[in-house]
Amino acid sequence: MNSSHDKVMTLEEAIARFVTDGCHISIGGFTVNRNPMAAVYEIIRQGRKNLHCYAHSNGTGVDELIGGGCISRLEIAYGGNGKAAPTCIRFKLAVQRGQLQVEDYTNYQMALRFLAGAMGVPFLPTLSGLGTDIVRKWGFSPGMRAKHAELPDKKLEIIDNPFGNWGGAAKVVLVPAINPDVTIIHVQKADKNGTCRIEGLNFADIDQVKAAKNVIVTCEEIVPTDQLRERPEHNSIPFIHVDAVVHVPFGAYPSACHNCYDYDPIYFRHISHFAKDDKLYTEYLAKFVYGVKDHEGLLNLVGKGHLDTISADKTTGYAIGLDRR
Amino acid sequence: MAAREIHDGDIVFCGTGISMVTAMAAKHINAPESIIFFETGAIDPKLEEIPMAVADPRVMYGAASNSGLLEAFATMQNRKTGNRVIGILGAAQVDRYGNLNSTCIGEYAQPETRFPGSGGACDVASFVPRYLIFMHHEKRKFPLKLDYLTSPGYLDGPGAREREGLLPGGPTAVITNLGMMCFDADSKEMYLAYYYPGVTPREILDNMEFSVDVSRAAEAAPPTEVELTILRQRVDPHKLVL
Repeated sequence: MNSSHDKVMTLEEAIARFVTDGCHISIGGFTVNRNPMAAVYEIIRQGRKNLHCYAHSNGTGVDELIGGGCISRLEIAYGGNGKAAPTCIRFKLAVQRGQLQVEDYTNYQMALRFLAGAMGVPFLPTLSGLGTDIVRKWGFSPGMRAKHAELPDKKLEIIDNPFGNWGGAAKVVLVPAINPDVTIIHVQKADKNGTCRIEGLNFADIDQVKAAKNVIVTCEEIVPTDQLRERPEHNSIPFIHVDAVVHVPFGAYPSACHNCYDYDPIYFRHISHFAKDDKLYTEYLAKFVYGVKDHEGLLNLVGKGHLDTISADKTTGYAIGLDRR
Repeated sequence: MAAREIHDGDIVFCGTGISMVTAMAAKHINAPESIIFFETGAIDPKLEEIPMAVADPRVMYGAASNSGLLEAFATMQNRKTGNRVIGILGAAQVDRYGNLNSTCIGEYAQPETRFPGSGGACDVASFVPRYLIFMHHEKRKFPLKLDYLTSPGYLDGPGAREREGLLPGGPTAVITNLGMMCFDADSKEMYLAYYYPGVTPREILDNMEFSVDVSRAAEAAPPTEVELTILRQRVDPHKLVL
């Protein structure tokens, strides 16, 4: 954390230093957009195991981490990834086989849990989930929770509104804070100290960063500090929260990065094709993840000509007329 | 038919696929002053191309604001804006009280079939006064009892939402490939409101595990030529959904 020293390092080094076996992790982005995919593939290459992952709706990245055998426990709101995988395929298989312990929340609950972590409070209230199985059915039993000091004793709690009927609510659902060991996000621009500018939707990235003990930022471009400080109100995250800055062009690929490139519908279909079968998926990992040295290696396999087809239009931020069937 | 439930001034909470087509059709046909927004935090974007996910960069272009999940859900939990929101949801199962399952079939711990989970669906169903449900009409999708209750409808009947502490609300209609069901104002149970030309109420009952009142059912008016042209040429010209 702290200071304004140069935090630029290689992805290999950042993952080796901050992502350890069994650690609690969250990644930024949402379904087909701005998942830190280069980092995800590097985690798989480095063979991390037994990660405890917190996700709202990270489709692409979380599903590849599950497929790569890195995650054993998952707290999640939504495991889907758009048209190519309405339910994330490796997630679906792992849950059905009992290989993954899952605790379900809603997207708002997960966003609030990250905010609570970022604020330094133990929980936050919401009116969402009353009367549903999200409050009744627990994936992590009270016994299992009691054995793990790093987990709260309860999934959530419902209490009577301590202010009577103030605010028009008789009851509230309290959801516990999340403070991951590490959060990894991918952004369009960062400086060498870690100040970030996110273009387009931020999803829950900012609170995921502020809640985490360690933060890795991968970025399309490292820009001079003075350039970001000309318009500080456009910056999303100040450097004090960030521990590592890694320059990775196309670092969200095959998910999208607004104003830089679109998601790649062909590569998503390609992953889905392999993900449906264990043997095919093993072959896919061998060629496209373990078979390349780094993210640039994957991009070379995909080919520059193909990447040009998803290049973002400067006005709209996406690839106009991209064939998305 | 679904688009006709959306009115000028409504804020439409939109998912992907058919719900996106519905929201865009309403904007082009009957409710040009409706506002489309997404749980990812994009409000009133231009939508020059149909987005294929709620995080598609196409939801960001020309929006009134691009924020994040907290802001989007607060828009629905906050009564000033939340009371104007109409949600559009889909699910794997719906029961007679309009409760939805989008989590799993079988035991939760190790299900036979796992679905994506709530996402924002439970939040929407908890917060907003009106929502539409899109379903494919099949027996197993209309079970006597849900395997998992992900998103609240009318729970177990009149007064149940209030007893649990939920805001007033619940589904307005279930729209399927065979017809449209609404909910009785007193019993909160689903009933058949419309069946499409060429479909009989019997056929609809045969495709559900629980039975519904069909005494109020009428044949639906088919879409007009103008409506079909708008759907095919302006809303989804590349046949990404339709």
